[in-house]
Amino acid sequence: MLTLEKVNKYFFRNTLDERWAIRNLDLRVQGGEFITIVGSNGAGKTTVLNLISGNFFPDSGRVFINSEEVTKYPAFRRAHYLGRVFQNTYQGTAASLTIEENFAIAFRKGKPRGLRIAINDSMRKRFKTKLSEVGLGLENRLRDRVGLLSGGQRQALALLMATIGDPKVLLLDEHTANLDPKTAEKIMDLTNQLIRNDHLTALMITHDLSEALNFGTRTLMMDGGEIVLDISGEGRKKLTIPELLDRFSETRHKQFAEDRALLSTAKK
Amino acid sequence: MESISDFLVYSVQEGLLFAILALGVFITFRCLNFPDLTVDGSYPLGAAVFAFMTYRGFGPFVGMAAAFIAGALAGLMTGALNTFSKIPALLSGILTMICLYSINLRIMGRPNISLSENLGHHTVFSLLKNAFSGVPETYLRLIFLMGLVLLLKGLLDLFLHTEIGLAIRATGDSESLVEVQGINPDKTKLIGVAVSNALVALSGAMFAQYQGFVDINMGIGMVVAGLASVIVGEVLVRGRNILFMTLQVVLGAVVYRMATAIALNWGYRIGFKPYDLKLFTGLLVIFILSFPVIKEKMKGLK
Repeated sequence: MLTLEKVNKYFFRNTLDERWAIRNLDLRVQGGEFITIVGSNGAGKTTVLNLISGNFFPDSGRVFINSEEVTKYPAFRRAHYLGRVFQNTYQGTAASLTIEENFAIAFRKGKPRGLRIAINDSMRKRFKTKLSEVGLGLENRLRDRVGLLSGGQRQALALLMATIGDPKVLLLDEHTANLDPKTAEKIMDLTNQLIRNDHLTALMITHDLSEALNFGTRTLMMDGGEIVLDISGEGRKKLTIPELLDRFSETRHKQFAEDRALLSTAKK
Repeated sequence: MESISDFLVYSVQEGLLFAILALGVFITFRCLNFPDLTVDGSYPLGAAVFAFMTYRGFGPFVGMAAAFIAGALAGLMTGALNTFSKIPALLSGILTMICLYSINLRIMGRPNISLSENLGHHTVFSLLKNAFSGVPETYLRLIFLMGLVLLLKGLLDLFLHTEIGLAIRATGDSESLVEVQGINPDKTKLIGVAVSNALVALSGAMFAQYQGFVDINMGIGMVVAGLASVIVGEVLVRGRNILFMTLQVVLGAVVYRMATAIALNWGYRIGFKPYDLKLFTGLLVIFILSFPVIKEKMKGLK
């Protein structure tokens, strides 16, 4: 479904600040896998998503989605394969547009856009049904501007918009990190529900280690631009957070340094 | 001195001419979040192209269409500087504007040109006058301009509700969103800035017909005047859907023009001179933009 082949990415190449952000990364994702990705700041998690989405291009290596090589495609040219939700709740939706207008934009993904009026009544009905399924009370606010919604509501909308066109791969970049714990939980449940119902392939970055193990089918731990742990199947089901941290320090000979992760682990 | 009603009619007419420009400025500043300074060059460009066509014997509608297209091309240049050459939006606009100063002079051949019926030139206003000879000219102009502005507002409203229109508006909110939805943000910017400057140039062509001459310096400060119209409108009318927002712009342009006309007409009593107008406009924009901040600060002090 998704393959990264010997991908390397440098930042500030050929300057004093040069950083080797992604190092010979190989990743093969099967259809229907739901991968959670953890790692400390600067481990390269978001860079991997940006390489998949086309916001960054690799300095070497190749990227395939659905067995088509997309390495050199700019973001908008591979968007029809992908759905993406960002950490910033203002990034995944257009705040000055109404809910239905946001949907209409997502609805035309992968199709040419012209001078047709963007919304019609049959679309409105579909949006309404889709919104009532998530039970946030948004189905009667189709003509409200998205800027008026709460962060959680915007994120729910962003999720629906990201999944409306049956993407091959859904990319989630700490999409619950800016929400309060209760809302974060709701959005996580919605995420899980959407991924299951639509049989989506998904990659989710999270700083919450229990979330990383409780959700999904496979967990990647990143450090220094490499995937250092790749766990799935039965072994993953039994794995606890302390064991995960132990395995990290065994492999890397250092402690897992991610304050937010450790804090949120301590809470539980 | 002219009567109050004449004064009102004239300032509304000029306000409506301004509204066309302000609708263009609205697209870049409010929809695209692209501060476009091309306006100071594309406004006289429209007037210059109109005069050029008139002097070659074309009718006013051909001249207006040519002005519209020329404005769109100027906008495309600014858009291309920003999207292709990655020059910041402000600088892209300034570069196009400065290039246009020379281009406008080339088109005009000299710094000012008159458009006059005595020279056999026709404007939409002279055509109207000849067609409806019984109606007073000021009212003809007023009705025509109202119709034109409403038509343009309606077309713009429709455009901003099309698939491309939504994409343009979303670009101003979040380029990342636009990209993940498969839209090339460079393309939406190019289209938006082109449509914006097309309207600005059309406004220039209309003003040239209205005042009967074209001057190379007629564009100075036009972007700020357009912005003033947009924000005055936002203060006057609340409402955040597109139909309301474009109405804000039109009303804002008329009220702004009235305010400047009042300053010009009666300002001499407090020593106001015509050349103080740009200062007046600048201070007005500064005041409206600073007001919310000052209000917040005052609250903090209490």
